[in-house]
Amino acid sequence: MSEPLLRMEHISKAFPGVIALSDAHLSIAPGEAHALVGQNGAGKSTMIKVLTGVYRRDSGTIIFDGRAVDFHSPQQAQANGVSTIYQEVNLVPFRSVAENIFMGREPRRWGLIDWRRMNADAAALLQRFGVDTDVTQPLLNLNIAIQQMVAIARAVSFKSKLVVMDEPTSSLDEREVATLFDVIRQLKADGVAVLFISHRLDELYAICDRVTIMRDGQTVDERQLSAISQLELVARMLGKELGEVQRSGQTGFDLSGYQAEQTLLEARGLRRGRALQGADVSVGAGEIVGLAGLLGAGRTEVARAIFGADPIDAGEIRMAGRTAQFRAPSDAIRAGIGFCSEDRKAEGIIPFMSVRENLTLAALPALARSGIVSRERQQQLVERFIKRLGIKTSGPEQKVRELSGGNQQKVLLARWLCLNPRLLILDEPTRGIDVGAKGEIQSLINELAGQGLGVLMISSEIEELTEGSHRVVVLRDGRTVAELPHAEISQDAIMAAMAHGAETPDTVQGEAHDQP
Amino acid sequence: MATTSPTELRAGQQATGRVRIAALLQRQGALIALVLLVLFGALRYEGFLGGYNITEVLRYNSMFGLIALGMTFVIMTGGIDLSVGGVAALASVLAALLSPYGMLPAVVVPVLAGLLVGLLNGVVIARLAIPPFITTLATLLAARGMALILANNASVSVDSGAGFASISLGSVFSIPLPDGAFNVTIPLLVLLVAYALGSLALNYTRFGRHVLAVGGNEEAARLMGLPVARIKISVYAINGALAALAGVILAALTFTGLPTEGLGWELSAIAAVVVGGTLLTGGMGSVGATLVGVLLLGLIFNILNFENGRGVVSLSAYWQSVIRGVFLLVVIILQNRLAGRRQ
Repeated sequence: MSEPLLRMEHISKAFPGVIALSDAHLSIAPGEAHALVGQNGAGKSTMIKVLTGVYRRDSGTIIFDGRAVDFHSPQQAQANGVSTIYQEVNLVPFRSVAENIFMGREPRRWGLIDWRRMNADAAALLQRFGVDTDVTQPLLNLNIAIQQMVAIARAVSFKSKLVVMDEPTSSLDEREVATLFDVIRQLKADGVAVLFISHRLDELYAICDRVTIMRDGQTVDERQLSAISQLELVARMLGKELGEVQRSGQTGFDLSGYQAEQTLLEARGLRRGRALQGADVSVGAGEIVGLAGLLGAGRTEVARAIFGADPIDAGEIRMAGRTAQFRAPSDAIRAGIGFCSEDRKAEGIIPFMSVRENLTLAALPALARSGIVSRERQQQLVERFIKRLGIKTSGPEQKVRELSGGNQQKVLLARWLCLNPRLLILDEPTRGIDVGAKGEIQSLINELAGQGLGVLMISSEIEELTEGSHRVVVLRDGRTVAELPHAEISQDAIMAAMAHGAETPDTVQGEAHDQP
Repeated sequence: MATTSPTELRAGQQATGRVRIAALLQRQGALIALVLLVLFGALRYEGFLGGYNITEVLRYNSMFGLIALGMTFVIMTGGIDLSVGGVAALASVLAALLSPYGMLPAVVVPVLAGLLVGLLNGVVIARLAIPPFITTLATLLAARGMALILANNASVSVDSGAGFASISLGSVFSIPLPDGAFNVTIPLLVLLVAYALGSLALNYTRFGRHVLAVGGNEEAARLMGLPVARIKISVYAINGALAALAGVILAALTFTGLPTEGLGWELSAIAAVVVGGTLLTGGMGSVGATLVGVLLLGLIFNILNFENGRGVVSLSAYWQSVIRGVFLLVVIILQNRLAGRRQ
């Protein structure tokens, strides 16, 4: 390799309570397309933000284009040749294409904007990427792919040597991705390097030359993509060795004694935009079904679709044998479904309210007589659940924000359990919870399933899936690619399905996917 | 590999054509309504298109026009300014108090005071990240209080001998029309110059384009390196100065500094801006459309007066509030539906 264009070395960055990066590395050659991969929380975006001056690093060096740099803002980075294309197109929708490209650098004559020159320059710039469009129309009239091209044209017009693309394909369809890839090839041909972040492995292999793999804030590997298989890539991301012993015994699950009972939930052929492209999931009463997949595979989207939080384009959901059409979460709740979302802080707890108020929020209608909530019954309910779930709190009136993450999660679980649900969807139930509390939550899930509750558990931790599920459903690019019965659950099988899709021919595949 | 040509990708744009037509209707809707209203008035009332009526309507509404112009820029950044009524009252009192010292101090000092209040608004909103609604509510109260203190809780008479009064009396030139001549008064001239400058600034300067960018997507504007805080501070400062100018005209028209005048002016201005077609959420708007909005709302009042003059029905002036309110609600609902379709 020639002298790298970018060399980030020994990069560390800590936030209060979290070490986001510790001694991470990244090195990019001129004119190469470089992939950056890792699970959620691996440190990819922190790494990019350190590079582009959004965050200040705690330590480490950044050498760009032959000299040590220390960008203080994205603007400064851009002025020095590092541009960033964000996941959500960060342009101004109501303004014209030309304005978006030249915003802040509008050509002027006599102090007034020279519209004619601006439009001509913008059209010429877009022409370079084979985009022929009316640059005077507002950006919002264009589809996302062209908007993405406009963002790239803007980036390149700053004479960038490195363009960082943070999940640029997440909202593009396949044709649009192909057009974007043409542009990336054009950039490479012009000697511009591209740092490409995507969770779609096929895309990385299609366009990138090398890959840097991150995990837990560290760089764990750097390879030629042609020299690493998809399966190995996934294993490196998850930090697993292939063929590693399956049972660690560190989780709080104990799955003995489950007998297959009647099917509670059956979702088939769920489709929604590009996020869901034919996902199938079923959960039996008393069964814990693990939902596996890489980031962006559509796990949360499946949960939200089942819960009625997002409308689906196609697909069928049956609850207890009856076709269900949930137009809103309230419909799903009435049908006996509960959903603990991944982001407790944003979507779950109300931090300044007490344990009692948080816990009974969803059950208030049931606790009320002629609109008046009986404080006594509320109190009884709260105390029962505090005892039953072992919530560690000084009392029902303690503010929820004062509780630990694990106990906040228990309050949320209790909130749903008040409603006597038949199916509970748990999105990353133990994320951000310390090890001890993690085990408690896991055994609680186990116990609830033992009492007949169906559980759909989304998790990024592979042990939680292998040890905590009666069955594992694996999603890849919005599709169900494998369904592993209990006897076939292993880390290798899950990782193989995440990486390649169905390794073993699977019955789930054929039936539902050919449906329109 | 067969890749898609961008021309094919453009096919997706056709679907949004309807949005463009709807947006056009929305922007020109106010103008169409204005034309219809003028036709209605001209056919129904004698003297409606007479020089006297036109002169008076334009002179009176020049005050609201100035405030609505500043408000247009504020709203285009996604903000709001409730302090304008208080600022105008303060300025009218200052102008009346300073009128014995001649035209210059009676105009310049109040406008500078308004600029200062606006600067304060802008700095608090942009630098301290306090919501505009709260910030300008506070300065509204403060400006109003200051006006009452300076005026000693009473109206202040303008010194009619010292030149200041000529602002309201003077006519730059006249056009003879039936029912009296149409006079281009100084307030109207100020209004026209202000709108011409405003339109030029919005369409042909970086400042104007960046105002729209901040309102359209503040985070994007920041990432594009635009001086977001400075842009916000500027629009509030400009609006403060224009509100003060309206207050000066108020003092000149009424020969009085009126510390309690200007109640609800902020709402009239916001209504005119929104009716004109500027998005209340920011990012899109037009200066000319605001002028149309001002005239439209002004004519509703004017027509109500004519209607009462005919003696058939007698509608209280309060009806104008009801009509304006309903009108505004309809426009906002339409805007919201349009915005929803864009998502």
